[in-house]
Amino acid sequence: MIRRITRLAPCLALAGCAGVQSALDPASDQASSVFGIWSLMLWICGVMYALVLAFLAAAIWKARHRLSGPPIAEGQKSPADRPLTRVLTGWVGLTVVGLLVLTFGSFLVDRQLALADQKNAQTIKITANQWWWKVEYDDPVPGRRFVTANELHLPVDRPARIELEAGDVIHSFWVPNLGGKQDLIPGRTNRLLVTPRRVGLFRGQCAEFCGLQHAWMALDVTVEPQTAFAAWAEAQRRAPAPPSTPEALRGRDVFIGAACNSCHQVTGQPAQGQTGPDLTHMASRPSLAAGARPYSRQALDEWLRDPQALKPGNHMPLVATRADERAALVAYLDTLK
Amino acid sequence: MGIMASRVLGLCAALLCLTACQRETRALTGEAPRRSETPSGQQMAGGGLAPPPVDPAGAAFEGVAFEISEGQRYYDWYNCYGCHAAGGGDIGPALMDDEWRYGSSIAQIRASIADGRPNGMPAFRDKIPDRQLWQIAAYVRSMSGRADKLAASSRTDDMRTTPPTNQARPGPEQSDTSGGEVRR
Repeated sequence: MIRRITRLAPCLALAGCAGVQSALDPASDQASSVFGIWSLMLWICGVMYALVLAFLAAAIWKARHRLSGPPIAEGQKSPADRPLTRVLTGWVGLTVVGLLVLTFGSFLVDRQLALADQKNAQTIKITANQWWWKVEYDDPVPGRRFVTANELHLPVDRPARIELEAGDVIHSFWVPNLGGKQDLIPGRTNRLLVTPRRVGLFRGQCAEFCGLQHAWMALDVTVEPQTAFAAWAEAQRRAPAPPSTPEALRGRDVFIGAACNSCHQVTGQPAQGQTGPDLTHMASRPSLAAGARPYSRQALDEWLRDPQALKPGNHMPLVATRADERAALVAYLDTLK
Repeated sequence: MGIMASRVLGLCAALLCLTACQRETRALTGEAPRRSETPSGQQMAGGGLAPPPVDPAGAAFEGVAFEISEGQRYYDWYNCYGCHAAGGGDIGPALMDDEWRYGSSIAQIRASIADGRPNGMPAFRDKIPDRQLWQIAAYVRSMSGRADKLAASSRTDDMRTTPPTNQARPGPEQSDTSGGEVRR
């Protein structure tokens, strides 16, 4: 039994390395560079650690067996002096070489990150708010710009220049599989270049404590082939199909008549509020309330019943609606694809 | 004094300091408290009945730092700035002075935001959830120094254009709820 556990433990530990939110499973050029220097550091420090422990063990073992030597007279050198000097010189040399390799490696990685190819880069502006992400896709043609929230789609093999801003307090943008952390600071624009090389679904997370719901400030990242990305972007630019069922139509009236459109935006509807997440294609997003729940009609109903119960302290207020109004609202919001 | 006694005293002082850590409890539930809907019977400037000056629901918001700072956020989000600027007034009346045409109590301010007032103040009843109406009213009250100094905000979220609300000193209130001419 114990043997089985000891055999399983390293496998379990390794399982933590892969996955949708792991810096040890790089999916972009930048993350690969950082992973390279991370591995180098792990090996150098690991070998040094093992050497120090081995040396310590050898020293203790030797001392135990040589305590019975002849006493040393005053002014006379200890027979241990010469080997000790030799060994210490060796250690200093080893440390210097290790640090030099690390410094040089870090310099090379820094250079690699700074000089990365930005040709044909897609510019995306991300604004962090308590506690959600506003994602704006820039385009030279103003009509082709579009906004989404809490999801980021990136075409594979095309660099993305991400401009990072904050709407209230300091946040930090971190998609471990795609690159290092970068802070979002109110009043300034930080930039991060990401060149995804592998298709997949990843999870980003705010990495700077930003208030009560810091933990539920996630970002669903999809890296997809160029054609799939183009199709997605085209769908995002279009207004969603108008509601057709009587219930959804009623839900739209509730949405426009109640406080929803004071903060939220839906393209093609008289809803142009700017302080909350854009809801134009909310039903096509993987999650609700910045990763608080996977998207489903049931989760949406639960969220609208009392947003403070699901994510206490967030800035979505309870808008008083009757149960039938809420059902209609859910039916309408579910058509926003 | 013995070392033991001074140690005990020091420990007591440290424990006393800890009691200051609990400032207030945030009410994070979404429900807004029930309001009393009975009007005061007094005529207001511009017509209509004045709301009751005292409403038990207001006590949960008045002088509570969390509610006031949330109100400050919503004052910005719902663009109260558009007409009232940062409280000094623009095309809407000033909110940081001592003139209160429709009453200065938190319930009266809430009613003014919810129901709208003549000469351009829109009714926000259906556009701002009730809880936030109370929070905005609590913040508006703090602008002229009418909120507890320990609860009022000492800084704004943006560039400061007015003195901190916890330093404002309220003057005697000048209100006109008699139903007479609108003073200007």
